[in-house]
Amino acid sequence: MGRTLLDKVWDAHKVRTLPNGKDQLFVGLHLVHEVTSPQAFQMLREKGLRVLFPGRIFATVDHIVPTSDQSRPFPDGLAEEMMRALETNSGESGIRFFSFDSSKQGIVHVIGPELGLTQPGMTIACGDSHTSTHGAFGALAFGVGTTQIRDLLATQTLPLSRPKIRRIEVSGRLGKGVYAKDVILSIIRRLGVNGGIGYCYEYAGPVIERMSMEERMTLCNMSIEGGARMGYVNPDETTFEYLRGREYAPKEKDFGRAKAWWSALPSDPGARYDDRAALDGGMIEPTVTWGINPGQSVGVSEDLPDPASLPLDDRETAEEAYRHMGLEPGRPILGTPINVAFVGSCTNSRLSDLREAARFAKGRKVAPGLRALVVPGSQQVERAAVAEGLDRVFREAGFEWRNAGCSMCLAMNPDKLTGREICASSSNRNFKGRQGSPSGRTLLMSPAMVVAAAVNGKVSDVRDWAA
Amino acid sequence: MALDRKTSRIELVEGRGIPLPGNDIDTDRIIPARFMKCVTFDDLAPYVFYDARFGEDGSKKDHPFNDPRFTGASILIVGRNFGCGSSREHAPQALYRSGIRGLVGESFAEIFSDNCAGIGLPIAAAAAEDLAALKALVAELPRTTVALDLERRELRYAGRAVPVAFAEQARRAFLEGSWDSTRELLSAEKEIRRVASQLPYLNQFRASGDHP
Repeated sequence: MGRTLLDKVWDAHKVRTLPNGKDQLFVGLHLVHEVTSPQAFQMLREKGLRVLFPGRIFATVDHIVPTSDQSRPFPDGLAEEMMRALETNSGESGIRFFSFDSSKQGIVHVIGPELGLTQPGMTIACGDSHTSTHGAFGALAFGVGTTQIRDLLATQTLPLSRPKIRRIEVSGRLGKGVYAKDVILSIIRRLGVNGGIGYCYEYAGPVIERMSMEERMTLCNMSIEGGARMGYVNPDETTFEYLRGREYAPKEKDFGRAKAWWSALPSDPGARYDDRAALDGGMIEPTVTWGINPGQSVGVSEDLPDPASLPLDDRETAEEAYRHMGLEPGRPILGTPINVAFVGSCTNSRLSDLREAARFAKGRKVAPGLRALVVPGSQQVERAAVAEGLDRVFREAGFEWRNAGCSMCLAMNPDKLTGREICASSSNRNFKGRQGSPSGRTLLMSPAMVVAAAVNGKVSDVRDWAA
Repeated sequence: MALDRKTSRIELVEGRGIPLPGNDIDTDRIIPARFMKCVTFDDLAPYVFYDARFGEDGSKKDHPFNDPRFTGASILIVGRNFGCGSSREHAPQALYRSGIRGLVGESFAEIFSDNCAGIGLPIAAAAAEDLAALKALVAELPRTTVALDLERRELRYAGRAVPVAFAEQARRAFLEGSWDSTRELLSAEKEIRRVASQLPYLNQFRASGDHP
């Protein structure tokens, strides 16, 4: 009987079955940030325990960092307190902390891969639901809460139930102006925001195989938005070549042996799946959300759905969404006016995202009165983008070019919507209040579509520009 | 600070119910991100469902958590996919610190479920029609006692008993009193180190077992 990557990686990390029936699973890489960890370190102290595997834990600061002036102490006393807690906790425990002065600080899900920490066949956990991002490498990567961080610090293991597995095949070829973001938004629209509960997603098929690593990260990042705690792509040459030469990736002879092990990880032909789904990549349009969860989206040429046409279960949420968004069923999404444009977040702030956004921003201007931000995912992305002159392209087009962080994805720093502002955003969540204003509104889309919206001041079809 | 209780067995949660309308209630809704700027969970209670409870001018909105009839209620009755979105444990912690000791709903998001299991907050799934009936009853008679019975897997109220489903492993951990998992996990330290010594990526990808 063939085995899936999930089976292989799970079994390699299983310590034992616990009396309550869960598996105790070893976690090979634990990533830490400032928001969800301080309470966990405190719980550890109260139990009189120490960190068991500090060498397998890496920390950075991303959620609360200002993206303009980053001098210390931060003007926000609470943010400063969280930063200090992480400095103290990592220092005392011997955990490597990528702070500003490391020149490697950034969004935790951007720096893990770019440092080569994220590798195929690992189990990876972080107190952040978008840890699913690292599944792009063929790792089992999932978000955890603070009590689980406590257990990870103390034991490097977690009690977990093995999920079911659903294979999602995307066939055909994506059209011009259609990106990994549109693929994952379409998958979530099809399978629902709760369709993945209890499942791990395996993304496969020609469209996925052709994707770069950064595109695969965008795809896996939003697995959680479909309810799946983890999602992965089987590792292949694209994966191995991405890792070659990265700081924490295996070197020289080790790399050859690593590649041999990694190559045995992909799901076997004939592996058994609990469920399957298929999408035709050629049918996917640039996709935009219109509601208050990431499943409420349409292709950019479509009209907004009539709640009565939706499954019974979705109607109430759709009606609530229309009330919050101030949009009307039956109207096109195209032309919806926006006030703010945000390119950034762990979904879409990597170099290839910024290149693609800059390609469309070049020689154009942000619409008058519109606020537009580009926030690179890490200090390394920032430097690489500056080296290519992307910062200049954005600035000349009227975008603000900021320092690395989570920024307006969840607005725990000073970057926020105000009042009922409506934001074209390359981030991952359009929940009510997500971008810092309780009545603020978010339209999720690809970075290229954000630029198109920023220039025209309204939702536009980037395919009209696609060469 | 951690919840200052020793791990104890949880067999039955009993109290008054509080009905919350809506499906897909995300953790940003349960506790908006701006209230996560804290290094302890201690002071989260006032911010639970904040933006649904208060207008931007601070005025009170119509919300069960503002409704004096439900003050002191301990069993939260919700819809489908409750707790979706962010992994923030601040969400169940804020509910717990607001007096919630058990949840019943159609379904729950996964990380949220694990977070509840870890802090001793049982959650149970019930049929949509049973939940609708319970919500209606509690709305009309808020003093009704609701009992969530982990041993018998049932929800009892007003002389009725309806079946509920728990994640079995979490249920067993509550009944055994083993839901505070750290010590149990750490008791396998030798096996943990053995697994680590056999993982290729922690051993320069050499054959397993030859690492010191």
